Amino acid sequence: MHDKKLIIEVKRKALEIRKWVIESVYRAGSGHPGGSLSIADVLACLYFHEMRHNPKDPNWPDRDRLVLSKGHAAPALYAALALAGYFPVEELKNLRKIGHFLQGHPCMKKVPGVDMSTGSLGQGFSTAVGMALAGKIDKKDYRVFAILGDGEVQEGQVWEAANTASHYKLDNLIAILDRNKLQIDGPTEEVMHVEPLAWRWQAFGWDVIEIDGHDIEEILDTFHEIKLNEKPTIIIAHTIKGKGVSFMEGTLSFHGKPPSHEQYIRAMSELEQEEKELEEEYG
Amino acid sequence: MVSAILTDKKRNLRDAYSSALIELGHKNPDIVVLDADLALSTKTKRFGTVFPERFFDMGIAEANMMGVAAGLAACGKIVFASTFAVFATGRCYDAIRQSIAYPELNVKIVATHAGISVGGDGASHQMLEDIALMRVLPNMTVIAPADATEMEDVVPAIAEHKGPCYVRIGREDAPIIFETHGEFKIGKGYILRDGSDISIIATGTMTAEALKAYDLLKEKGIEARIIHMPTIKPLDEELVRKCAIETGCIITCEEHSIIGGLGDAVAMAIATKPVPMYRVGVNDVFGESGEARQLMEKYGLTADNIARVAEKMAKV
Ligand SMILES: Cc1ncc(C[n+]2csc(CCOP(=O)(O)OP(=O)(O)O)c2C)c(N)n1
Ligand SMILES: [Mg+2]
Repeated sequence: MHDKKLIIEVKRKALEIRKWVIESVYRAGSGHPGGSLSIADVLACLYFHEMRHNPKDPNWPDRDRLVLSKGHAAPALYAALALAGYFPVEELKNLRKIGHFLQGHPCMKKVPGVDMSTGSLGQGFSTAVGMALAGKIDKKDYRVFAILGDGEVQEGQVWEAANTASHYKLDNLIAILDRNKLQIDGPTEEVMHVEPLAWRWQAFGWDVIEIDGHDIEEILDTFHEIKLNEKPTIIIAHTIKGKGVSFMEGTLSFHGKPPSHEQYIRAMSELEQEEKELEEEYG
Repeated sequence: MVSAILTDKKRNLRDAYSSALIELGHKNPDIVVLDADLALSTKTKRFGTVFPERFFDMGIAEANMMGVAAGLAACGKIVFASTFAVFATGRCYDAIRQSIAYPELNVKIVATHAGISVGGDGASHQMLEDIALMRVLPNMTVIAPADATEMEDVVPAIAEHKGPCYVRIGREDAPIIFETHGEFKIGKGYILRDGSDISIIATGTMTAEALKAYDLLKEKGIEARIIHMPTIKPLDEELVRKCAIETGCIITCEEHSIIGGLGDAVAMAIATKPVPMYRVGVNDVFGESGEARQLMEKYGLTADNIARVAEKMAKV
């Protein structure tokens, strides 16, 4: 159980992340709002409570790491990093612009706070396994978080990495699977089924926890309860693609498309309304 | 000489790809199409709508898609497998090598979103090494069409050709260069403008830039010969050697790394009788996010840059 204050604070951050996702993708004229919005709550919980990190020292050797294996959700990651203080939030307005450092997909050489360059699905997860393995070799107590898409797990490499993680007892590795049920060509179960997900991960030697990926309290509690028991953990976060913007929720069309001007205005006003309600409720 | 125009009219090669695929599907029941969760972007989805029983979305699993393609081909199918160039080649190199190139199976890899003009997605998605990766494989044919008209000829041509093919096209709409169909033949290069001062050999998206460079150079009194080289492998070596002898120097142009692509292929073709050569391409660096046009300019993939280089070379 976490105190109310913390929960409200993280909720605020999640809303801010969402607003910046819309703002930055709109300004860039391209990018992936749907999968960025679905993972905003998880990212807020990680960067504003759960993870041990220091924005003033992005390369701190003992920090917890985060690999955004579904790298196309970069706008959400960048927003979280900027709000946490890794770089000025104003930079988010330069997403994808030539000569600026916020690349369309995460680039660890250019962006402070990005722990791994990603974008080719299925690849990032293996690097997270490597980071967790290094932690074991060096007897360090940092943890590694990896965020996967539910379409992404169709990549065979994901299962090679999953097998490696349980084989080497990497209980310092925590995967979060963004179960928003959609990929590009349609619902995952129509394009290439991934169910039964929990059963598959269990069979690969993982501890599996299923949660509501938009319930801040539940997310925080879940992270809190993860034990070091020689098994890697995966949190299957049930989410809604496009969460927080009514006309983006549960749609395929906003996977990789920016909002139009009217849609941008509407999206921002919806999110601001939500912020206002949060303030009214808790003050 | 082959007639080539330069206007502002543009068409997308992905649209041409899907139209040609559908036409082919009507004619030949052995055509099977695979995609890896990018069917809306590569436009193979259109084929899937017309022929649902011959279209299979493999999900986000490209290497597996290449293996499945090989198996289908081994059972007599002519398989088109599509995804972005970066995933089609880099991620699948081993699958293509072992299961498609080595057994010489009838798989046509048609990769879209090749090159730096992908734009905003950035370096992770800007494939600049695919020609190199595919060219090095025995049995592989490598093609980079210049416009939609040509793409419509390439699709039936590779279907007819027995064996593995790799076709790379970009994401952006491309200027229409060819007004009529029927010119394309695998392994043949085409002189689009004649001249005797310098040969400019271009492939893919860069052919339109080379044609513009011709006009810029003409204003400066330089007569360039423009050669379109849609097939990078097998290369039309005879034409390359002829141009080397007749014009005395060569520039190659490609939206690809200067390492391993058309430039290297041309250099090897004239290695026994070399002439001065310059390769216009991406200079052994990764790309970055930006708009397509901005990136083409920043990385020197423009008519202006070709003309600048040509002027220097022609004067030596
Ligand atoms: C290896 C690879 N293949 C294809 C793509 C293109 N692509 C980008 S996002 C995406 C769909 C991802 O779906 P999912 O993993 O469910 O992510 P989310 O729904 O969270 O956006 C695809 C196919 C890619 N980035 N990497
Ligand atoms: Mg998804």
